[in-house]
Amino acid sequence: MTIDQISVFVDNKPGRLVELLEVLSQSNVDLRAMSMADTADFGILRMIADNPENAKKLIADAGYVTNITQVLAVAVPDVPGGLAKVLSYISNAGISIEYMYVFITHEDENACVIVRVDDNEKAEKVLEANNIRLFSPSDIYKD
Amino acid sequence: MGNYFQPEIECASPEKIKEIQDKRLADTVRRVYNNVQYYKNMMDDAGVTPDDIKSTDDLHKLPFLTKADLRNAYPYGLLAVPLSDAVRIQSTSGTTGKRVVAFYTKHDLDIWDDCCARALVAAGATKNDVVHVSYGYGLFTGGAGLNGGSHKLGSLTLPMSSGNTDRQVQFMCDMGSTILCCTPSYAEYIGETICERGLQDKIKLKAGIFGAEAWSEEMRKDIESKLGLKAYDIYGLTEIIGPGVSFECEEQSGMHINEDHFIAEIIDPVTEKVLPYGEKGELVFTCISKEAFPLIRYRTRDICVLHREKCSCGRTLLKMEKPMGRSDDMLIIRGVNVFPSQIETVLLNCGYTANYQIIVDRVNHSDTLDVVVEMTPEMFSDTVKQISMHEKKLVDALKSMLGIYANVTLAAPKSIERSEGKAVRVIDKRKI
Repeated sequence: MTIDQISVFVDNKPGRLVELLEVLSQSNVDLRAMSMADTADFGILRMIADNPENAKKLIADAGYVTNITQVLAVAVPDVPGGLAKVLSYISNAGISIEYMYVFITHEDENACVIVRVDDNEKAEKVLEANNIRLFSPSDIYKD
Repeated sequence: MGNYFQPEIECASPEKIKEIQDKRLADTVRRVYNNVQYYKNMMDDAGVTPDDIKSTDDLHKLPFLTKADLRNAYPYGLLAVPLSDAVRIQSTSGTTGKRVVAFYTKHDLDIWDDCCARALVAAGATKNDVVHVSYGYGLFTGGAGLNGGSHKLGSLTLPMSSGNTDRQVQFMCDMGSTILCCTPSYAEYIGETICERGLQDKIKLKAGIFGAEAWSEEMRKDIESKLGLKAYDIYGLTEIIGPGVSFECEEQSGMHINEDHFIAEIIDPVTEKVLPYGEKGELVFTCISKEAFPLIRYRTRDICVLHREKCSCGRTLLKMEKPMGRSDDMLIIRGVNVFPSQIETVLLNCGYTANYQIIVDRVNHSDTLDVVVEMTPEMFSDTVKQISMHEKKLVDALKSMLGIYANVTLAAPKSIERSEGKAVRVIDKRKI
């Protein structure tokens, strides 16, 4: 089970990120998580938002290049070594992790980590076999 | 077999064309020698008299004219008729500080209209077409030339001029424009606007005549797919007459020169020796039917190749390849000749858009070349790795085309200014 992540190209000019965030706030897009990847001359803003198709359309209409990628929202036991264990299941199976970032949930026992891997299907199977839960879109968007 | 506006000329035998050229050349040379002090001085200095010029075989005896001559003779020094016979002035933009002013009599305007009407017909236009002219009107020759050609043909002419793209698109939809005439970069911009608004179904364009800028085959394909038309090239320069010196036919493989009005030669730009057909060199034109401003052996600074092979369209007129670019446009970067059109070819081949900017600078006594391109949805990815891979591919392709390293900068879509006339592609910050 995967969830939609919206990515946006942000070029390296002062004020660009703020402009984009203003577009989102004016359109009442509710951001659940975000992370920024930056290089010397551009950045990629990745985010999880309610109603991703609608958010993507708003962003594209505002003139940004954007796309939607399927990522895993993994429930990681909130104990020391919890994340290391989960990631080791993935990498031991020969799956590459492109990037990851933390997602804030209202659950106490689990942290949610967004993980982008090169093979979602395989990663889902491996995690399931190890009794690691994946959040579904309805878990993510509920209030 | 195509349609012709003046088949008796466009499909004439080479012998017939030579006969016309021989007579008109001899007459023109005699006339400018007798009426224009500047030409008389030049020919006297070269030791040539009008009697020496009996046919095109004698053309090589005449001295060349350059842009410097036009500057020296500015404003009226090369006018070959009394002021009372001249009815029109057109001029180049003069952005490089080299303004050129050209004059026309009624007869000159008439042959200019013929030249542009031939181009329109070769692109498939008839009197039933709606010709949408989005070249600038005014001193620039683009608007006046195609406007005149369209009138001559009897097509319904929309004198839009450039700019106000919303209005352009609205007229295009409302009036059902079928032929678009503008610069290729503006065609690209109009196409982008139409696609963005999803108006492709409302557009009836079938052909476009795009000139006044160097553009690549890849850009042609891009414009053709965006606007759903066949894109034809047209060539000209204000000094010679404006657009319509040569034009493309349905073969889209080079432009037919209107040889009854202009004699073309290719020379080695360094030795000034005339080169045979098929060899690459600088294009030189001689006007043989114009009255007011008949330039003799004018060096265009355009680098191209001439071909005399028979064309499948049935025209016998000499063909010129698309110029690689004006030698003025050529950049010398770290000693290597670079044409913006080469960079454009690579960008379009690699999946980027034709909106780009070339920035040349000098850092620590060494030239730097930076190519700014806009990110597209196709090239975008959520991972840096993927984007960098595309970027590296582009850098490698530029390196293999140009022979030098170019840095690539990815910019946001629409961040590079769109052009409504001639696009500003190159920013040279070097202070030499």
